[in-house]
Amino acid sequence: MTQRRFKWRNLYLWLVFIVLYAPIIFLVVYSFSKGDTMTNFHGFTWAHYQDLFADSRLIAIFLDTLLIALLSSLLATTIGTLGALGINNTTRPVTKNTILALNNILMVSPDVIIGASFLIFFTALKIPLGFGSVLLSHIAFSIPIVVLMVLPKIQEMSTSLLDAAADLGANNWQLLSQVIVPYIMPGIFSGFFMALTYSLDDFAVTFFVTGNGFTTLSVEIYSRARQGINLEINALSGLMFLMALVLVIGYYFINQYSSRHRSNVRGRRK
Amino acid sequence: MQRKQRLSRNTAYFVPYTLWILLFVIAPVLLLIYQSFFNIDGQFTLGNYQTYFSSSTYLMMTVNSVWYAFLITLATLLISYPTAYLLNETKHPQLWLLLIIMPTWINLLLKAYAFIGIFSQAGIANQFLSFMGIGPKQLLFTKFSFIFVAAYIQIPFMVLPIYNSISELKPSYINASRDLGATNWQTFSRVIFPLTLPGVKAGIQAVFIPSLSLFMLTRLIGGNKVITLGTAIEEHFLTTMNWGMGSTIGVVLIVAMVIIMWLTGGSGKRHTRKGLTK
Repeated sequence: MTQRRFKWRNLYLWLVFIVLYAPIIFLVVYSFSKGDTMTNFHGFTWAHYQDLFADSRLIAIFLDTLLIALLSSLLATTIGTLGALGINNTTRPVTKNTILALNNILMVSPDVIIGASFLIFFTALKIPLGFGSVLLSHIAFSIPIVVLMVLPKIQEMSTSLLDAAADLGANNWQLLSQVIVPYIMPGIFSGFFMALTYSLDDFAVTFFVTGNGFTTLSVEIYSRARQGINLEINALSGLMFLMALVLVIGYYFINQYSSRHRSNVRGRRK
Repeated sequence: MQRKQRLSRNTAYFVPYTLWILLFVIAPVLLLIYQSFFNIDGQFTLGNYQTYFSSSTYLMMTVNSVWYAFLITLATLLISYPTAYLLNETKHPQLWLLLIIMPTWINLLLKAYAFIGIFSQAGIANQFLSFMGIGPKQLLFTKFSFIFVAAYIQIPFMVLPIYNSISELKPSYINASRDLGATNWQTFSRVIFPLTLPGVKAGIQAVFIPSLSLFMLTRLIGGNKVITLGTAIEEHFLTTMNWGMGSTIGVVLIVAMVIIMWLTGGSGKRHTRKGLTK
């Protein structure tokens, strides 16, 4: 009896998985189809991938997207980590909570609001829309996630470690670079990673602040998808699926590493 | 003394972060509110709010938008709660959870695009319907497809917080409830569900607010049959260039967001949205 119920349960889970993955698999399968539509599979071909690699405009957009993602997450990680260190140093709980609340505003706001308000902001400051405005926005919405990933690591660190280093004559810079940063590295890594995926995934905010001359992949896919089906997008999604897989596996290993690292530290303490 | 000095020196690191808060958190919101008091000709006016609250179009749109967000959230919740519950019972829940979250790493636009193919006139969904003898139906550009795709996209963001609160549930509570003679349903409705309510609330927060602003889906999948607050804001900012009116709707959206936060308690944590962070 229980055996049978067990199977029903698994069936439900499988169903959810099939629904979750079906559209993605569907896209990838049709990226190999000879036809022009996503209705009938017309036999295997690499043609759409060849088109994709010959499409220099799309490759340029892809590289721009990657550049924005890497630059924005590097800068966001730096600013966010320093911010988390600062938050950790605040002594009054009121100040700390206020800063954390402000930090969370961009986390909970709908993308449309972030996009629209940034557009007003850039226009008010007369910052031209394009690469710069997109980069600035991506840095801005990635910072809070970095703070949220790094802060717990800092709070986990015992103050005696810092006191010991200070007693041994370490100056501020040495404290930061030799003690604090190595200790919170796993948090910094995951912050960087999350910032990277936020940036690669963003559509709505970029759509608002991108202006005419500059595009990222999401915006480009949107404008192409509005024109109808184009199997080059399927090929693109095949590649992006691969990239997502690599990212997830990478993230998984970082997580594994940091949890192993943690248990090692704990083991040594014992 | 030495410690104090260290603290004050460290605050120098804090400068870029503080600048970020001032420039990219506080200033844009203030500017949005400020902008909402200007009409399309740049004159200061309360007219936008007046238009908004006296026009049946805008009010109906708001009601519709909230209604659709509610339907999307409900559909997502109904699918996600059992999923999260069953996930917790499997042998390798972390692995399954990773698989649930994986699709969120695929670009949202690509998933929406996939549904254009699936729901199209001769698409796979219609082939299936014909096969079942129902015959092809108009699927794309309907309200149904909009809700379906939106719920599809939001499922992982609902599963994750619910799963987290279910996995924290102590089995002893369930055992105690069973020992005291509660039926399965009683155990669920009196013990399990109330104890996992925080996760459900976090999930609702993570789904409801973005659902009010999914403007790309209304265009790609909904065929402009559904106009959400997000669509209206995008329209005013990027098409009709009436930033004042767009900002006014933005302010309404912010108010809606605050109400949802207040109803579901506590500060929202969108970092549940990107899974894996826990």
